[in-house]
Amino acid sequence: MSLRAVWTIAGATLHEALRRRILLAAVIFGAVFVLLFGFGFAAVRREIMQDGGTPLSLRPVMLNFFVMAGLYAVNFLTVLTAACLPVDTMSGEIASGVMQTVAAKPISRATIVLGKWLGHAIVLLGYLTLIAGGLLLVARVLGGVSPPNLHIGLPLLALEGLIMLTMSIALGTRLSTIANAVTCIGLYGLAFLGGWFEQVGTMLRTPGAGDVGVVASLVFPAESMWQLAAYHMQPVLARELHLTPFSVANVPSPLMVAWAIGYVLVCGALAVRWFSRRAL
Amino acid sequence: MSAPGPAVVTDALHRRFGDTVAVDALTLTVERGEVFGFLGPNGAGKTTSLKMLLGLIAPTAGSGSVLGRPLGDRAARAKLGFLPEHFRFHDWMTGREMLRFHGRLYGLSGRGLETRIDALLARVDLLDAAERRLAGYSKGMLQRIGLAQALLNDPELVFLDEPTSGLDPLGRLLVRDLIGELKAAGTAVFLNSHLLGEVEATCDRVVFLQAGRVRAERRLGEPSGTLALELTLGTTPPALLARLAAFGPVSVVAPGRIRVEVTGESAAPAIAREVVAAGVDLEAMALSRPTLEETFLAVLGDGARPG
Repeated sequence: MSLRAVWTIAGATLHEALRRRILLAAVIFGAVFVLLFGFGFAAVRREIMQDGGTPLSLRPVMLNFFVMAGLYAVNFLTVLTAACLPVDTMSGEIASGVMQTVAAKPISRATIVLGKWLGHAIVLLGYLTLIAGGLLLVARVLGGVSPPNLHIGLPLLALEGLIMLTMSIALGTRLSTIANAVTCIGLYGLAFLGGWFEQVGTMLRTPGAGDVGVVASLVFPAESMWQLAAYHMQPVLARELHLTPFSVANVPSPLMVAWAIGYVLVCGALAVRWFSRRAL
Repeated sequence: MSAPGPAVVTDALHRRFGDTVAVDALTLTVERGEVFGFLGPNGAGKTTSLKMLLGLIAPTAGSGSVLGRPLGDRAARAKLGFLPEHFRFHDWMTGREMLRFHGRLYGLSGRGLETRIDALLARVDLLDAAERRLAGYSKGMLQRIGLAQALLNDPELVFLDEPTSGLDPLGRLLVRDLIGELKAAGTAVFLNSHLLGEVEATCDRVVFLQAGRVRAERRLGEPSGTLALELTLGTTPPALLARLAAFGPVSVVAPGRIRVEVTGESAAPAIAREVVAAGVDLEAMALSRPTLEETFLAVLGDGARPG
């Protein structure tokens, strides 16, 4: 595989995101998102900091809660963007015939898959950096709040996005665009529901519900990456006393991270295998 | 350089999609530098055959080689050019960006690539539209930029799938001239088409494909095969017709007009002498080669329906 050809495909993917105003939309809505969070956060902070309001000891926990709520929205936007960004990059170009002249060139099909993955991953991680970075900056400047363990939490959010992105590219080699979108969102819904079952089941000591959650996380480990990130990015007090909805009752094991990385690699390998066998 | 051997060789190449056989035992050879016409009605399997040669579709059975290398080989693909049937490209790119992108995929870069792009843009008359996005191109412009794309790597073999279907007469002339230039440069051209006039004007040799099989082959531009001699006579006495039958099958086209199918042009004077010797007035005589269209229809048979 030629790295130069991989970069040519990745470069074209970035160029397309720019030309088709995908980057512009991401920047505009990312900025609006951060702005909205800023206004809301400032208002909440004023309320919390008023004398006679929230007890002094709970103030940092409350402020962190609102930052976590913002990060939860970041998590949701990242996953959905990861599903949508590459949803027609394979299926659309296969169906239109654009892929024919590309695949007839002296490059392997793996080069095409890897190039597209790389281009979309750069866009996605740029988007995550923009909205998460903007939000954290606002929280720090306006409220002096910075969640702990960002060096663990943010890479986990990135990994979550890459799971969805890789899945969307892999399925795009076999499914139509709409079927791919429906499957990706469905998988996320499954993991989302499973994640909540797991938390509630653990809290209420209902083993059956917990098992459903574990199975859902194994089938699609995106949501469990958020849970692990949320666990690390909260103050010890909040997470141990389960003071907020983001306090994780059943912390995903570090093994889940290895599972998620393996998941991305297997999805990538499947994408190459499926696309290599596809009649164009 | 690619390996020696013909430009294309296939041996019983076969491809099925589910229960449908698209190509059935395709066996053919295309020589280096040859302009080869691949003819057949819609749905005959022309595009599927071409895609197998390009490595876009794997054959279900059979084997083949392109430029002396196995089907789909990457080293061979570096010396191929390809214009697909529906000439769809990334329409958010400008013409120049599209050529640059495809040139890089061929491994070209830098000043050499830019010079090549300028030359090709000029050749297909798109220099003034080079900075416009493909989304705004007409069908003919897309086909011309597609042709430029197929020639970026100075290929040894070019596959053109219906290259003139979207073009006006001037555009067709351009394609015809381009094929002539490729031939002069020793480049083999594999032309998929059902526009018989185009094929007749450009190809050295054609094969007819029907229902995924080669039905006939014909070399163009060489005196061979059957000629039709049409005579307009004052009368058509049976005795004369019987004597003319010695030269080949005789048929009465209309009252006073007969056709004799002969194998060579030398039969014409002898037939004229027979007519005069029989005391019949010879009012007109014309020798014609059956057109590709007549051959095409004869190969397809009476049961053929539009594809």
